[in-house]
Amino acid sequence: MSLSNTATITWFFACKVEDVPANGGVCVKYRDEQIALFHFSRRGEWYATQNLCPHRRQMALSRGMIGTQGGEPKVACPFHKKSFSLADGRCLSDDTECSLTTYPVKVEEDRVYIGIVNGSGHAAVMA
Amino acid sequence: MTKIVIIGNGMTSYKFCEKIIAKAVPGTLQLVVFGEEPRPAYDRVHLSAFFSGKTAQDLELAPADWYAQQGITLHLGDPVQHIDRAQKTVHSHKGITETYDYLVMATGAAAFVPPIPGVDKKGVFIYRTIEDLEMIRDYAPHAATGAVIGGGLLGLEAAKALLDLGLRDTHVIEFAPRLMPRQIDDSGSSLLKAQLEKLGLRVHTSMQTTAILGDDTITGLQFADDSSLPADILIISAGIAPRDELARLCGLDTGHRGGIVVNEQLQTSDPYIYAIGECALYNGMIYGLVAPGYEMAEVVASQLTGTEKAFTGFDMSTKLKLIGVDVASFGNPFTPADQCRSIVFEDTLKGVYKRINITPDGQHLLGGILIGDADDYNMLLQTAKNKVVLPPNPEDVLLGARGGQAEGAAGVLGLPDEATICSCENISKAAICNAVKDGHETLDAVKKCTKAATCCGGCAPMVKDLITATLKSQGKYIRNVLCEHFDYSRQELFDLIRIKNLYSFDEVLDHYGHGDGCEVCKPAIASILASLWNEMILAKGNDTAQDSNDRFLANIQKGGTYSVVPRVPGGEITPRQLMVIAQVAEKYNLYTKITGGQRIDMFGAHVNDLPLIWEELIAAGFESGHAYGKALRTVKSCVGSTWCRFGLHDSVSYAIRIEQRYRGLRAPHKIKSAVSGCIRECAEAQSKDFGIIATEKGWNLYVCGNGGSKPQHAVLLAGDLDSETCIRYIDRFLMFYIKTADPLTRTATWLNKLDGGIEYLRNVVVNDSLGIAAQLESEMQALVDNYKCEWKEVVENPALRKRFSHFVNAPEEKDPTVSFEHLREQKKAAEWK
Ligand code: SRM
Ligand SMILES: Cc1cc2nc3c(=O)[nH]c(=O)nc-3n(C[C@H](O)[C@H](O)[C@H](O)COP(=O)(O)OP(=O)(O)OC[C@H]3O[C@@H](n4cnc5c(N)ncnc54)[C@H](O)[C@@H]3O)c2cc1C
Ligand code: SF4
Ligand code: FES
Repeated sequence: MSLSNTATITWFFACKVEDVPANGGVCVKYRDEQIALFHFSRRGEWYATQNLCPHRRQMALSRGMIGTQGGEPKVACPFHKKSFSLADGRCLSDDTECSLTTYPVKVEEDRVYIGIVNGSGHAAVMA
Repeated sequence: MTKIVIIGNGMTSYKFCEKIIAKAVPGTLQLVVFGEEPRPAYDRVHLSAFFSGKTAQDLELAPADWYAQQGITLHLGDPVQHIDRAQKTVHSHKGITETYDYLVMATGAAAFVPPIPGVDKKGVFIYRTIEDLEMIRDYAPHAATGAVIGGGLLGLEAAKALLDLGLRDTHVIEFAPRLMPRQIDDSGSSLLKAQLEKLGLRVHTSMQTTAILGDDTITGLQFADDSSLPADILIISAGIAPRDELARLCGLDTGHRGGIVVNEQLQTSDPYIYAIGECALYNGMIYGLVAPGYEMAEVVASQLTGTEKAFTGFDMSTKLKLIGVDVASFGNPFTPADQCRSIVFEDTLKGVYKRINITPDGQHLLGGILIGDADDYNMLLQTAKNKVVLPPNPEDVLLGARGGQAEGAAGVLGLPDEATICSCENISKAAICNAVKDGHETLDAVKKCTKAATCCGGCAPMVKDLITATLKSQGKYIRNVLCEHFDYSRQELFDLIRIKNLYSFDEVLDHYGHGDGCEVCKPAIASILASLWNEMILAKGNDTAQDSNDRFLANIQKGGTYSVVPRVPGGEITPRQLMVIAQVAEKYNLYTKITGGQRIDMFGAHVNDLPLIWEELIAAGFESGHAYGKALRTVKSCVGSTWCRFGLHDSVSYAIRIEQRYRGLRAPHKIKSAVSGCIRECAEAQSKDFGIIATEKGWNLYVCGNGGSKPQHAVLLAGDLDSETCIRYIDRFLMFYIKTADPLTRTATWLNKLDGGIEYLRNVVVNDSLGIAAQLESEMQALVDNYKCEWKEVVENPALRKRFSHFVNAPEEKDPTVSFEHLREQKKAAEWK
């Protein structure tokens, strides 16, 4: 993961650690956007992606199941089980499916924050 | 540095770029591509997927960046208008001039539009590019009746697309006396016609369209026999016309009926200009399919990078996709009768027609036609292409060996190494087997490594068979393991988890797995845990290991709302209960429907409302119906002896007793049951996982029936049982199934795979041949005793309730993107894109 050097990140408070089920996700409202936030507690990792599954444009990824494929963390959409890398958002089940936007996450004193690049309210696009 | 200019950026153009980049020494080539269409090459073969939600971007073969990364200059939306062969330059519409050392024409074909008066009217379309489909999509909502001229491969695909766009009244007009005249014979065509008519298409053969009616806008078609047909939208799909106009302009040889003449090297009459794909005319033939185009790309890419290679024609075998009826033709389906023997199999009831042509000596397969069931297409195609010697009874290749003989030469391993398995990417059997031997042991790994099965995917089953066969030949034991995280089968894990007394997914993973789990092993293990201990499925951190429907205790639907299905044991419901359902449905604005399982489903509930809805239902005495779980669903009943003049016993009371006994029972897949009061079988018990039918003396118990896509009748396990014995047998049967079946395997499939079949099962259940009957019964009794309604537990537990919100940071708010449409007196989910 790398962010472009010029980008500044605005961190917003999403929820408390305890609000997110272990090894599961929740949906966070940020302005008019929906962000899926995942606590991969087995690996001690946090991830955030867009909540919209690009396949049928369903607001569903936060309700998806997380896991790994060859060590890479991923989420499988509850609708048709397409899975996406949590690390970079790319679709792992279908080369032609669009990638997810991913967001940086940090946890401070039980509080979980999601990073928005440039405060634009948009895609902290990570390469 | 050699400079190659490519005209056209369609499927073969892209493949050519990909192949030549892979073959060339870096830095020795300069590639420039001109494309007339506004976007980079996309998957035209799967164009119709645009209507089922794929976007233009989804269909891209590679994004525009890919060309840039490979150092290819790509001019899009800029057709070449002139070729100067003397100067070796091309000139584009936007005024770009490029010189070339070699020119590759990959201009494809256009839809052929016959000169019928009125083809320029509004509402008349062709079916070739994304833009064509966009226009059709935008126009279709204004139309009620659709027509397609052309009953060939593409015409049928277009007609199915119109049906799917909601035009229930769609007609196919074919000039020839039969459908797909170039691929199938008369008998095949009439069977296909019957099947298509079942799908709702109306087929008119031997029809010549003479005019398109209407002022500006189409209103109908006029035919040569003076009849006419009203139509508001028309797609013309009457064949293809190779795009050879540029070639003609610069004096290259072209065919009478179009196409740029090429030799075996795919050179045109100018040795510096090649033509590939649908614009090329080789040996008097235009190849209107993608696989020969890719082969042509391979030949030219090889030659331009210094390897001799020739194009010597290509097989025109095809399998029709998308239409809902299998249709395939391979090899030469039309060998004249004096040069071959034909074997024909026809089942008009099932809608299956198969014909193969074999050499008069019965040694080799020449070609054939498959309609209604094309599962054997790949195998037969390879058998024909590779001249595999046929078994002594050649009909076995159509019907399978029926004498208990082992599979003969026709199995995958019987194919020679050179056999092409994936014809889109031209991957041989040897290449796939070698990849497996090099350690690529899964379908995904083989796909990535060889590209096999990445295009149309039709060969995937064969690739899988090859992987298994190769592994077996290497002496590797193919274990039926769950997934990459567990080297155990479900049955093994079931026993291990019981012996070790494990209660959560994480514990099981720590003991017997590796890595972090996935959407395959998590629900499988969550289901084992539920079948073993019958604890609250959302407890002990198992909530996030449950399939999404189990996690929210409701089925997710289009748009992200959920359905609510209270249990209605045996289908018996009181007027008061009906009123409660009515009140709840009105209050929460839910769509209501009677299900196929004798109960009522309420659809369209927001996740936030689920606990509130269930709170009211539970207060009125309802329980979860487990419609979301791999669990007992319904026990249907007929009215039975309490009212019916034929009823032998009280089937409703018995059904209620059975449903209450096994409610909440979780299993490898869902379980359904029914009880009928007599042999008239109004409850359809013989289509259930276990079904009970009243006899004069007691109950007959049937097991392992299935509805669904491959229906199968249940078979009699034991007859004339008293009520108690019948339940004991069901206990044993269900528990044995739960312990031994693979994940997501219904009882019917389980029985089909069970060594020894029903005889063995009867021995275990009725005769207790394994000596486990008492154990099975007591295990079942423990599960029955442990039953609790899980929705009741959620409603009463604030921590669990909290999970039923859409936004974690705005729990009161509902998902604002959910929307409904009006339907009759109720609502329906908004159509997804
Ligand atoms: C609601 C209902 C249709 C209806 O409106 O009547 C229905 C709806 C669904 N069925 Fe069904 N099936 C319904 C009766 C049936 C029946 C008829 C029956 O039970 O008598 C069958 C054939 C009988 C059988 O199962 O053997 C049936 C065979 C299937 C199958 C195929 C199973 C198979 O073995 O091949 C699936 C897919 C699956 O389970 O994997 C399925 C899956 C589904 C799912 C769960 C699809 C999904 O994953 O979203 C649908 C959920 C809708 C929802 O949101 O609630 N449904 N489904 C019926 C609910 C019955 C109930 O009261 O619980
Ligand atoms: C709906 C549909 C379904 C199909 N289904 C199947 C199937 O199931 N199996 C199968 O094998 N085949 C199928 N085909 C056929 C397959 O798509 C074609 O065989 C394949 O696309 C041919 O590739 P091509 O590169 O020769 O032509 P195209 O993909 O048509 O590409 C040619 C490109 O060249 C461009 N062009 C033309 N002239 C110029 C110029 N002067 N300057 C610049 N650009 C130019 C065109 O605009 C076009 O983009 C289907 C086709 C359609 C339309
Ligand atoms: S038949 Fe198909 S569409 Fe109808 S309810 Fe069952 S799964 Fe859904
Ligand atoms: S909507 Fe997500 S996989 Fe289909």
